Amino acid sequence: MDKGLSLRNVVISKDGASLVSVHHDIAPGDVLTIMGPSGVGKSTLLAFITGTLAPAFDAQGTVCIDGQDITHAPPHRRRVGILFQDDLLFPHLSVGANLAFGLRPGGAQSTRLEKINNALDEIGLSGFADRDPATLSGGQKARVALMRMLLSEPCGLLLDEPFSRLDAALRAQVRDMVFERARARLLPVLMVTHDAEDAQAAGGQIITLA
Amino acid sequence: MNSRRLPPALPVLTLLAMLGPVVAGLWGTLLPAFGHLPAAGLTGPSLDPFVELFDWAGLPRAAMLSVTTGLGATAVSLLIVTLITAGWSGTRAFRLLERMLSPLLSVPHAAAAFGLAFLIAPSGWLARLVSPDLTGWERPLDLLIVQDTWGLTMTAGLIAKEVPFLLLITLAALGQTDASRSLAIAQALGYGRLTGWLKTVFPRVYAQIRPPIYVVLAYSMSVVDVAVILGPNTPPTLSVQIVKLMSDPDLAMRLEGAAGALLQLSLVIGALVVWRLGEVAIGALGRRWIAAGHRGRLDPVIRQTALGLGMISALTIFLGIAVLAIWSFAGYWGFPDAFPDQLTFRNWLRHGPGTLEALGETALIAVTVSLVALILTIGCLEAEYRYGLPVTQRGIWLLYLPLLVPQTAFLPGLQTLMLQVGANEGRLPVMLAHLVFVLPYVFLSLADPFRAWDVRMGTVAAALRASPNGVLWRVRLPMLLGPILTALAVGMAVSVGQYLATLLIGGGRVETLTTEAVALSSGGDRRAIGVYGLMQTGAALVPFTLALLIPALVWRNRRGLWRG
Repeated sequence: MDKGLSLRNVVISKDGASLVSVHHDIAPGDVLTIMGPSGVGKSTLLAFITGTLAPAFDAQGTVCIDGQDITHAPPHRRRVGILFQDDLLFPHLSVGANLAFGLRPGGAQSTRLEKINNALDEIGLSGFADRDPATLSGGQKARVALMRMLLSEPCGLLLDEPFSRLDAALRAQVRDMVFERARARLLPVLMVTHDAEDAQAAGGQIITLA
Repeated sequence: MNSRRLPPALPVLTLLAMLGPVVAGLWGTLLPAFGHLPAAGLTGPSLDPFVELFDWAGLPRAAMLSVTTGLGATAVSLLIVTLITAGWSGTRAFRLLERMLSPLLSVPHAAAAFGLAFLIAPSGWLARLVSPDLTGWERPLDLLIVQDTWGLTMTAGLIAKEVPFLLLITLAALGQTDASRSLAIAQALGYGRLTGWLKTVFPRVYAQIRPPIYVVLAYSMSVVDVAVILGPNTPPTLSVQIVKLMSDPDLAMRLEGAAGALLQLSLVIGALVVWRLGEVAIGALGRRWIAAGHRGRLDPVIRQTALGLGMISALTIFLGIAVLAIWSFAGYWGFPDAFPDQLTFRNWLRHGPGTLEALGETALIAVTVSLVALILTIGCLEAEYRYGLPVTQRGIWLLYLPLLVPQTAFLPGLQTLMLQVGANEGRLPVMLAHLVFVLPYVFLSLADPFRAWDVRMGTVAAALRASPNGVLWRVRLPMLLGPILTALAVGMAVSVGQYLATLLIGGGRVETLTTEAVALSSGGDRRAIGVYGLMQTGAALVPFTLALLIPALVWRNRRGLWRG
């Protein structure tokens, strides 16, 4: 297949013991959920895909995004976006500057500014460009983090327990927004979680690790 | 695996900058110590330098002073710090001490030593404050307190400066031990707070603070500026004698100096071995003490005593700086008046131009050296992060190595070596020598915050297509602005305080606030010393203040970066 995120014969092990093995193609707009209790190496799989796996781990297999082998590409050339359970907004940048960090370079200053303002409108945070991210509510931060990632125009999306820090009311709302945007942009999504409800809401195939 | 652009050359360069001068200096000490100094027309090998050294009648006493002051200062300051931390960590009094730490640390050794001298001398401030009402003294007692034969005042001065340093190190180690829960369990089992802490937390903390303790021991045994100001004269400590020999216009005296430097090195090694054996012995006794199950009935008494000693040690430095300030503005100030008759700017007008010139030199060297150290440090830490290098205990010892070799053992050799290759003494070599001492402290100061940075920030930034250098410059360094400026300030304080490196490697021609201040000590002009000592303290203190103010200002609208 051409489009989508493909994990071919991926095996991650540490000290000779295999932690995760996955062989799966995620089509554009689809979600693959990997479930399992914490500590079984779900996050190492994501680290392998982002190119930030610690040297202590051994990894085999290939990762392809839209038909291109990125297994050995440097992290910043992989075109894979990631969201963690923390928003990880850069604390030294304003909300607008955080979004500008994600926005691909190029274009006139005014066009960039317009894109950022449009993005803020889209997530219901009009006029928030100059705000300190630390002053935002949890839900607002999550929305900015999502939008920052989308502005970088990734070809795939990784979710690392993305909703576990949000309280119940907010959780469904943010979750729906993330999956909706990913589907609208035809992004293949790989989510790792230990939460059955999140896995169900994702609506895709579920692989359970023991 | 990935194309990561930062050159791994920086860690290598750092090691070279840190260890190169030490190794070269030891080599340069070794040859003349065995009679080989072609520059003076002497070729070895011969044992004459040692014969001459051992002929000096003052040697046994000088060597013993080096050992007793060094071991005494280290043991007492460690004892004070341990007992304070054991008895008070987590309390409000302890937080007060913590807050005084930065200013206490930044006061240069020489200024603290002068302050102590001006406090406790027979004509010092303490005597003036209580005379003649309480004592009846109308004139200063004829008593050798400062520069006493046993080096007790010198030891006290060292303790006052080492207590804050060891406390800082202990605090850092405490953060990495599960101290509060261990203490809670011990207290639930009926142990007193102090005894419980000593029996459960101290062994873990000590294992971590061992390298800096060895540094304190090596430093205290071979310190020169404090020994010149507070130490005995007849004979002086071995280190002071070495410097005297090395500064003699007669090149042949350098041979004896080099022999003395080797002796100093072996004394330090011997003392470290003794200390290590002491660790084993105390460890064995401690295990028996723990097994015996005593709950610590004396805890309250020891606790109060420890706090008292800690407060005295902090107060000594603060009052010392205060009395330096008073002297710098003093007009006529006769004994036993508690304060001068009038305050005047005359001393500052007289010595101001000289101090400004020295300040310029001091600042130029301190800023340059600290910046170089900072760049090398960030290069090392970033390489460690990008290449996933493990942080090993051996690497930490490597960092402490240049601080463990006594200054008086390798700096004279470095000076002799430069003489032989015809290198000019001057500012640049002084900077390189300062770098040896500044680098480890800058590294130690920045390493923890740099490593504690959430690497997921880097993953997110890379996923947003930021290159490794982009992540470093646009995310990591701005986020670490506070710790980076603090590391710079630490480096500058270390550089400002350097005496021997400036004196020997500068050939006496590089005049910083510290060399000028120490040079004044023999003259006894308290007003001049007050001016220079205060300037020296300011030169070390101002960068610390800026390191607090600048991030608060730059990030005033970024609550996520507010510290503490």
